[in-house]
Amino acid sequence: MHILEVQHLDVLLQALQRRNYSVIGPTIRDGAMVLDEIRSVENLPRGWTDEQGPAHYELVKRDDDAIFGYVVGPFAWKQFLYPPRLRLFAAKRDGKTFDVQGLAEGNTPRYAFLGVRSCELHAIALQDKVFHTGEYADRHYSALRRDAFIIAVNCVEAGETCFCVSMKTGPRAESGFDLALTEIIGEGLHYFLIESGSPRGESLLADLPHRPAEQADIKRGEVALAAAATTVGRSLNTEGLPQCLNDNFEHPQWDDVAKRCMSCANCTMVCPTCFCSTVEDLTDLTGDSAERWRRWDSCFTSDFTKIAGGNIRMSTRTRYRQWMMHKLAHWVDQFGAFGCVGCGRCITWCPAGIDITAEARAIQETTLAVKAS
Amino acid sequence: MEMTMQKEDLTEILRQHPFLFGLSEDHMKTLIGCASNVHFSEGEHLIREGELANRFFLIRTGRVALEIDVSGKGRLRIQTTGPGEVLGWSWLISPYRWHFSGVAVADARAVSLDAECLRKKCDADPTFGFEMLKRLTVVMENRLEATRLQLLDMYDLPAEGAAR
Amino acid sequence: MTKEAYGAAAQQAADPMLIHPVTIRRALWETDDTFTLTLDLANALPDFRFLPGQFNMLYVYGLGEVAISISSDPARTSSLDHTIHRVGLVTTSLAHKKRGDVVGIRGPYGSSWPVELGKGKDICVVTGGIGLAPLRPLLYTILRDRDAYGRVILLYGGRSPLDLLYRVELEKWGNEHDVETLVTVDRGDTSWKGHIGVVTSLFSYIKLDVRNTVAFVCGPEIMMKFTIDELERRGLAPDQVWLSMERNMKCAVGFCGHCQLGPTFICKDGPVYPLPRIRPLLDRKEL
Repeated sequence: MHILEVQHLDVLLQALQRRNYSVIGPTIRDGAMVLDEIRSVENLPRGWTDEQGPAHYELVKRDDDAIFGYVVGPFAWKQFLYPPRLRLFAAKRDGKTFDVQGLAEGNTPRYAFLGVRSCELHAIALQDKVFHTGEYADRHYSALRRDAFIIAVNCVEAGETCFCVSMKTGPRAESGFDLALTEIIGEGLHYFLIESGSPRGESLLADLPHRPAEQADIKRGEVALAAAATTVGRSLNTEGLPQCLNDNFEHPQWDDVAKRCMSCANCTMVCPTCFCSTVEDLTDLTGDSAERWRRWDSCFTSDFTKIAGGNIRMSTRTRYRQWMMHKLAHWVDQFGAFGCVGCGRCITWCPAGIDITAEARAIQETTLAVKAS
Repeated sequence: MEMTMQKEDLTEILRQHPFLFGLSEDHMKTLIGCASNVHFSEGEHLIREGELANRFFLIRTGRVALEIDVSGKGRLRIQTTGPGEVLGWSWLISPYRWHFSGVAVADARAVSLDAECLRKKCDADPTFGFEMLKRLTVVMENRLEATRLQLLDMYDLPAEGAAR
Repeated sequence: MTKEAYGAAAQQAADPMLIHPVTIRRALWETDDTFTLTLDLANALPDFRFLPGQFNMLYVYGLGEVAISISSDPARTSSLDHTIHRVGLVTTSLAHKKRGDVVGIRGPYGSSWPVELGKGKDICVVTGGIGLAPLRPLLYTILRDRDAYGRVILLYGGRSPLDLLYRVELEKWGNEHDVETLVTVDRGDTSWKGHIGVVTSLFSYIKLDVRNTVAFVCGPEIMMKFTIDELERRGLAPDQVWLSMERNMKCAVGFCGHCQLGPTFICKDGPVYPLPRIRPLLDRKEL
């Protein structure tokens, strides 16, 4: 464990830029913490925090100068690794036939992600299971992923809609990063604890001014992380949850949530693990060239399950059920882990304030399953 | 067309028909009095829509199609029944009239049971009547389930924007 | 040409979304709304191989793709058949294609019928409508090695006599290849001398040796449900029954999420499944 002075955060940025990384980090725009290219430390949201709750998000000025003193913004790193719109190929007509050109290799940006929360590290690892290490690999995702330099930032404060502790995804960043920072602020102190998590992280750290951390420094980090763990706003009991949801496929709670859910698909857009997509084929006016684009889709859309006989999931009730059961039950069968990392975005950004932890609890507490004696 | 046959042979034929599996020897004796062996060539009618339902058939070989005349549409074939199956239950339900026609679409051999004879025996011996009803209910249930499935028109996938 | 084809096949492995143009050798109407396209492989994809039950994504330039089962003989490597029901935008466009036109394909995808499990046993194929298409490659494979199997029974149902697929082959299988072929229609006319009734009614006319039979089932989901009930009633063990499932498919490689049926992705875990895996999911409404 080492110490990086606050004023040397700039050096970190420059070191990344020298290595041809496009640094992506948090910045304030349109009243929210969004992720965008960071050119200098000035772009970072120093002195700001976020206040979150069901259907509530507000940026509030802090009474200190913390640089990473917020929780999570609406969007996650998936918007870079798995962009909302991506051209899959271009095709040119050639008489009766056509010629398809796929994505050219080596054209993908080199990203450095600055400010990745522990829950977000887990979310990236979950999307890796879908796009990177599964039976098929998405070449674009894989290329971006291999090159992405990840700087995690440990949470020293938790949010009201957070439940990483329940999902065992935080607050401490355990692995999956190249460098990890913990911001120590208070009692007149302001610096970062920094540790490397990979050989290239080690190599970058060597280029930064840093000194070994003392026991007192490490202790401050522990205390801050412990404080974050106790202040997470929500909890979810994951014990036996997949089986419970499977046993309650026709539970009346689904009817109840369907009265509130508007099928707006916000939750799927802000969720860092949701990965559904669709494809659009377009041509120009002459028809001589065609393109296929991939774009984010949502299981809440009415035509999501359309087959020749009609739509399989015909109502908000069954579509909400699909979303929640996929996240908290089917993911486990498919990928060996819950699809939810407890980041709380779906609760914050749902206009109806639907809380996935409350919905799960309602079913668990009134389960229709008969216990085997 | 009726064929003469020894009583013992007819009993053996009846014993082998799935509709009568499990019927006691006594009840078999009761039944045989109403039974005769029949044969229909392709195209011959076993029953005609609207006529008195005075016979009940246990099909042995061949195939019988149920037909109905619909004005404007002509003659429609709605179901077939074959070996091991039966034709008709209207003989048990007043006013004892056939709602469909039954025509042999392949040479068919069957055992024909006289309906009035059967009805008298059912009244005289309720346990025999119950055995007949039990079996007929199963036939009706199977037929109903099959008909419901046919109604679903499950292979029909109309093209988007098509009138159908 | 050979080098380009090899390059295409290698690229196929690297990029599962890459599309290959192939030329239509023949376009044949099977019924008034179903047609078969025969695609030339010899020039474009001479190394293309598939297993019975697998599907391709067929691409119409500039319009889109659709998932279609391969319906030809896997041993015939010079061309590929796809039997297609004209129902939407892409399939209607495919319906207008003629010999010499070009379509795109990528694949093959998905799980296949476990034909090996049927060796030494009786095979019972139960299908309806266009469900016979993904089973035809299975039948060809079995008939190629007929002696390795016991009885081969085919129960096939269609909407009406004019909606039956592969009528010539149905007769051939019955007459020349020792396949017990029973065909039924939901509605017949006076010229139809065959069975009239749902496909499950055909079970009355065959006697299965349930301890030694493997069943392969494909058709509308409701037909498959009733067929499974019928097979269960007759005592066939669930692990001897295999089905092919269908859902909305866009990517065919497990990325887009559309084809999920509960915990399973039909494009890569299916479309062919053993019954025990799928049974609990079939009972769930709007899963």
